[in-house]
Amino acid sequence: MLLTNIETIPGKEIVVCHGVVSGSSVRSKHVGRDIMAGLKNMVGGELRGYTELLEESRAQATERMKAQAAQMGANAIVNVRFSTSSVAAGAAEIYVYGTAVTVG
Amino acid sequence: MEYLILLAFWSAPVVLGYVFGRTAEARHYRSIIAREKEQLQLPATSLKTLVRGGPVARSELVTGSVVISVDYFKKAASALRALVGGPVKSYETLLDRAKREAILRLKESCPGADEIINLRLETLPLAGSQRNQVIGVEVLAYGTAIYYAAHAPEA
Repeated sequence: MLLTNIETIPGKEIVVCHGVVSGSSVRSKHVGRDIMAGLKNMVGGELRGYTELLEESRAQATERMKAQAAQMGANAIVNVRFSTSSVAAGAAEIYVYGTAVTVG
Repeated sequence: MEYLILLAFWSAPVVLGYVFGRTAEARHYRSIIAREKEQLQLPATSLKTLVRGGPVARSELVTGSVVISVDYFKKAASALRALVGGPVKSYETLLDRAKREAILRLKESCPGADEIINLRLETLPLAGSQRNQVIGVEVLAYGTAIYYAAHAPEA
């Protein structure tokens, strides 16, 4: 599965357009991470636990989007966009969407 | 006397934040500048078209992300700033660091690429479990890495 965030796959031609595919994942952080983040707030700097958490959920959302595209018989997804929102305190939604296409 | 103790209790995180936050920020900036020099040969643009042009061997979606926390000094400084308004320098450097770090991670995730096109940045403030508590900010950088079929002739 080829993924790009531009309208085309460079060097390839879009043969069939299957439509929009998307994947989402909502994650909340656990209390341990919250406490660690509270301590880290003292000194500032990177919150590695959160970086990993968000990367994991982004990977999961992307996997779901790819699965949906594969079901449609596509071999590439173009114009992929990431969107994030804080649903509630302590939970974040990661949403990935794009256009499933077949390239040749 | 009890006022003094109370004052010390509330100002300790701010002082700690000032001391450690500043050293951490200086260290982070040094690392960002050094790594940005290493990545100079990989240009990134927000254009949707190829910059150099030519036959493309491979293209892929690449991402880089980072969560940076706010320290108590920055929080206190911004609260003071909010009384009079104007630029909040302490948050400007925080977001600047986060954005540059995210772009660097994106570039480091695709060694051998010739250029990054359609680079986009997304910012997500992370709220804590208590109201009004801001834990930090997440910056996500994503774009399309282009690998050309033939490497650029040495200039």
